Amino acid sequence: MKIHEYQGKAIFSDFGVSIPEGYPAFSVDEAEEAARKIGGRMVVKAQIHAGGRGKGGGVKLADSPDEVRRIAGDMLGMRLVTHQTGPDGKEVQRLLIEKAMPIARELYAGIVLDRTSGRYVMMVSTEGGVEIEKVAAETPELIVKEWIDPGLGLQPYQMRRLAYALQLEGAQVKQGDRCLRALWQAFEANDCSLIEINPLVVTEDGDVLALDAKINFDDNALFRQPDLAGLRDLSEEDPQEVEASKYSLNYIKLSGNVGCMVNGAGLAMATMDIVKLHGGEPANFLDVGGVASSETVANGFRILLGDTNVKGVLINIFGGIVRCDRIAQGIVDALKEVKVSLPVVVRMEGTNASEARQLLEDSPLEFLVAQTLEEAARTAVSAVSKGSLTGQGNQA
Amino acid sequence: MSILVNNDTRLIVQGITGSEGSFHTAQMVEYGTRVVAGVTPGKGGQKGPEGIPVFNTVEAAKGETGANAAVIFVPPSFAADAILEAIAARLDVVVCITEGIPTFDMVRVKTALEQSSTRLIGPNCPGVITPGQCKIGIMPGFIHIPGKVGVISRSGTLTYEAVYQLTELDIGQSTCIGVGGDPIIGSTFLDLLKLFTDDNGTDAVVLIGEIGGTAEEEAAAWIQETGFDKPVVAFVAGRTAPPGRRMGHAGAIISGGQGTAQSKMEALQAAGIQVCDSPARIGETVKQAMA
Repeated sequence: MKIHEYQGKAIFSDFGVSIPEGYPAFSVDEAEEAARKIGGRMVVKAQIHAGGRGKGGGVKLADSPDEVRRIAGDMLGMRLVTHQTGPDGKEVQRLLIEKAMPIARELYAGIVLDRTSGRYVMMVSTEGGVEIEKVAAETPELIVKEWIDPGLGLQPYQMRRLAYALQLEGAQVKQGDRCLRALWQAFEANDCSLIEINPLVVTEDGDVLALDAKINFDDNALFRQPDLAGLRDLSEEDPQEVEASKYSLNYIKLSGNVGCMVNGAGLAMATMDIVKLHGGEPANFLDVGGVASSETVANGFRILLGDTNVKGVLINIFGGIVRCDRIAQGIVDALKEVKVSLPVVVRMEGTNASEARQLLEDSPLEFLVAQTLEEAARTAVSAVSKGSLTGQGNQA
Repeated sequence: MSILVNNDTRLIVQGITGSEGSFHTAQMVEYGTRVVAGVTPGKGGQKGPEGIPVFNTVEAAKGETGANAAVIFVPPSFAADAILEAIAARLDVVVCITEGIPTFDMVRVKTALEQSSTRLIGPNCPGVITPGQCKIGIMPGFIHIPGKVGVISRSGTLTYEAVYQLTELDIGQSTCIGVGGDPIIGSTFLDLLKLFTDDNGTDAVVLIGEIGGTAEEEAAAWIQETGFDKPVVAFVAGRTAPPGRRMGHAGAIISGGQGTAQSKMEALQAAGIQVCDSPARIGETVKQAMA
């Protein structure tokens, strides 16, 4: 789960990471009110779940509450396009109005999981304010890392080493230490999967402050972090994906037109890949899970068809413990409830696959039944490119 | 021959009285797996499915039955503790089926594993099967036939697809392992490749990878360095996956430009491994590689 910068900064502040004075604003009035509290030079920052906001025009300086109000008016409701949003961008619905800081140096600090060692790693770099992936690729020696033992936690010597690597001096070292300790505490207490501050700055007055905050949470741990639920911003997520998550379906919308419904994540990805290999473009990733009931299948179908780009559907089920005939029955039932006028290709293999094929053949609904994965993909792609499966489509 | 599990494996089912645990216990027993004990705290002394004795602790179950392996069907919030209990009881092989364990819990489990000789498979995996001998997990047993191809995979149903293709071509399997779809897993491609090296019952290996992490690259580098002398065929799922999105499995995510299918396929090819373009051609490619 992702959250906004202003929400991340609130968490930072709770754990003792210094941040500039700032307030979230959902309207121009709130923006102006925030500006009157702050005064002086300020920054208006668009709050969307994507990086690269500055380049896209989502971060602007202002010198008065009136100017903040004017910029807020321009920014609220605009579609902000960055390298992380895709070409359609994201609508700006929230702002952060913050005191502008006189910056002497821009640094980087972050915590991620190192999958190879199975430990969390804290990373810092003197090269803040730019894309850290680029620094990692081009000048990896400028990123300094400390791996954290889960039993011991981040140790003082590790914090000191990182603070010195950031070339902090005098009283800054202590501030840096405190900041890094707080980051780890925030990470551990909230079951985070990623924390990044880019940039972490040293001001001209010598203070160490987090100018940005990026926090992602481990979805698997949300059950024991009830307070985090309130931070979720559903407007940042695709409505079909939100709907799917209600039924514990894994759905991710893509830009193609071949709708895919598959059991199992790996097979779902492989099915998307083979669609592409045969010249088609998958419309989505949809894993109905290992225990697909007829209800799950119906919900999956409805969500998949909610995407108006979908011109045909490929259902690929490998029955293991789940019997194919039960899933076939689910599809038949689902198609009675959900009106489908698109070609539907069904491929089932594994437990009771032949019974399942028979069920589909015997139903009054029209399916194209494929025997192999390859045949399924070929049939689905060709049906979509012809616009219809049989000339008249499937009338449910 | 095989790796990890065989006719001599004596299995404990942790969470045996739950719905998943009891269903799959019956399935495993039907396949011929020697399920000798179950563990459900508070239900010690009872009989579980198939009349299998239930114990309160793994330690007691092992002590009474001489078990050497465990499979875990315990909900995500208690699963890490179940793994730690199995490690503490010094079992040889522990297979964790549970999906959705918090990453922080697995980071702690990983540390415990480093200090033990227990081998963990999973979590979030279908399990391990040595066809005709022992099935530990939730895979459909009937699609497998005994033979000489080892299969290591990060997926569940995609593994079944690959095994099914092999079986259709009459190519049997030595041992098939689903390593799990989470970012932290007990055994990696590399760990299992090493075991297959010394197994004279395995003549070729299929690797089924997916986006996220660098496990495929690490396996490729090792194969190149050591000159692993059995043919290896690979498929990597997720070429069409967008970066930054978790594709169902918690570990299947391209982040920070790392973990793309492209980089994995290139690394595997550079190591002389046959990489299938299509998931429908895994069986055929193995047949050619072994010819």
